[in-house]
Amino acid sequence: MKNKYSIFSLIKNAFSYHENWQKAWKDPQPKKEYDAVIIGGGGHGLATAYYLAKKHDMKNIAVVEKSWIGGGNTGRNTTIIRSNYLWDASAGLYDHALKIWESLSQELNYNVMFSQRGVMNLAHNLQDVRDLKRRTHANRLNGIDAVYLNTEEVKKFCPIINTSQDIRYPVLGGTLQRRAGTARHDAVAWGYARGADEMGVDIIQNCEVKGIKRNGDSVEGIETTKGFIKTKKIGVVAAGHSSVIANMAGIKLPLESKPLQALVSEPVKPIIDTVVMSNAVHAYVSQSDKGELVIGAGTDDYVSYTQKGSHHIVEGTLNAILELYPIFSRMRMLRQWGGIVDICPDASPILSKTSVKGLYFNCGWGTGGFKATPGSGDLFAHTIANDEPHKLNTAFNLNRFISGDLVDEHGAAAVAH
Amino acid sequence: MFLINCPYCGERDQQEFKAGGEAHIKRPKQPTELSDDEWAEYLFMRKNIKGVQFERWNHAHGCRKWFNMVRDTSNDEIKATYKMGEKPPAQ
Repeated sequence: MKNKYSIFSLIKNAFSYHENWQKAWKDPQPKKEYDAVIIGGGGHGLATAYYLAKKHDMKNIAVVEKSWIGGGNTGRNTTIIRSNYLWDASAGLYDHALKIWESLSQELNYNVMFSQRGVMNLAHNLQDVRDLKRRTHANRLNGIDAVYLNTEEVKKFCPIINTSQDIRYPVLGGTLQRRAGTARHDAVAWGYARGADEMGVDIIQNCEVKGIKRNGDSVEGIETTKGFIKTKKIGVVAAGHSSVIANMAGIKLPLESKPLQALVSEPVKPIIDTVVMSNAVHAYVSQSDKGELVIGAGTDDYVSYTQKGSHHIVEGTLNAILELYPIFSRMRMLRQWGGIVDICPDASPILSKTSVKGLYFNCGWGTGGFKATPGSGDLFAHTIANDEPHKLNTAFNLNRFISGDLVDEHGAAAVAH
Repeated sequence: MFLINCPYCGERDQQEFKAGGEAHIKRPKQPTELSDDEWAEYLFMRKNIKGVQFERWNHAHGCRKWFNMVRDTSNDEIKATYKMGEKPPAQ
């Protein structure tokens, strides 16, 4: 049993100088066989394991992670959470996640610092205005809160934005989802890991998958750096390395892995109390609780697994940031990093069975998977446990690239997630 | 990966180029004969290799010509560039 985190446990542990806290998760060696193995110990993978154990009573399962949990894209994103997607299928998927976010800290007994500070998307030309209005209507028909703001209302909601109409890409309006916001990314991984561990899930770190053993049309197990693990069900949640794992199993995915960059500034006093995204000029910004500006840049256009990215991508984003927020002109940037994102042709994820029995893929989240973490884990666990997709992820099957029934958020919603 | 050796112009800054994805994907000779699976393979499925991969690039802000590149995606090292239609160099 895990000790409950509370104000009292905090006080109690203060007496022993916080040196005797119970371990949040064990550090086990892999068993010979599991009922299911999740490849990838990021937020989505750990959430999948958590819901498999909690809702589907599969306790004899493992999460294998090649380095440490939450060290990939889970710890590298800009933590934006929203559900204002255009198409019904996406709206269902992302709002399912948003509803879980709203009570996640209580459920996990782990403060994920979910903050519904609102997300505002800006329009910079007439087509943006039309698209965002259309999206607002579509959102409201799907029961997702959304309002359209004119330029004055944008300025009122976030006063530091330059709404002068003389700039290269003037602000013509925007949309606002008030239920949207941010969360603490590391806490999400750690909270799910702690919860899964409590129910008996083995979280095996520093264990890289080297091969997938198949017997005809079904899976038999995985070869890892810690030996062979036998299993009949494999859920792959490997983000940028999904194609690498798929290749081991002898299947192909419609993915391209590209570097996506983000950066933070030196910490300053509170200046922006919401999240502002602009797809047209590709700049989005929020402020962390530490006071750093958190800025998301774009992807490079070539395939790379280096977790770096080109300098001019960052430069382009900062140009846009400075035009929209002249007040930031003397801010110094503190850190910059990259993550490898797996991008689908239609910019929608894949949560699906494959042609190999017992092999499931949760991938293709591209530049915007963090917001979906709890929903993705819940639906993927359902898919693995029942060998059938949940109705909310039926549209996100792998077969859509053959049938042509794509969920085209790329053209419809925006480039940024 | 900051300099790219365009087979027509020589070494230029990376910013002058656009990546065009996986190279040597054969356009179907008889599109009307293709099954849905074959269309999906041609249009969407990609090798997305971690390691040495063959790619198409375009010198967009230069000679505007397309060419091929051999590149290691695990460290962004460019192994070779060669013109369209030429045989890829042995790796």
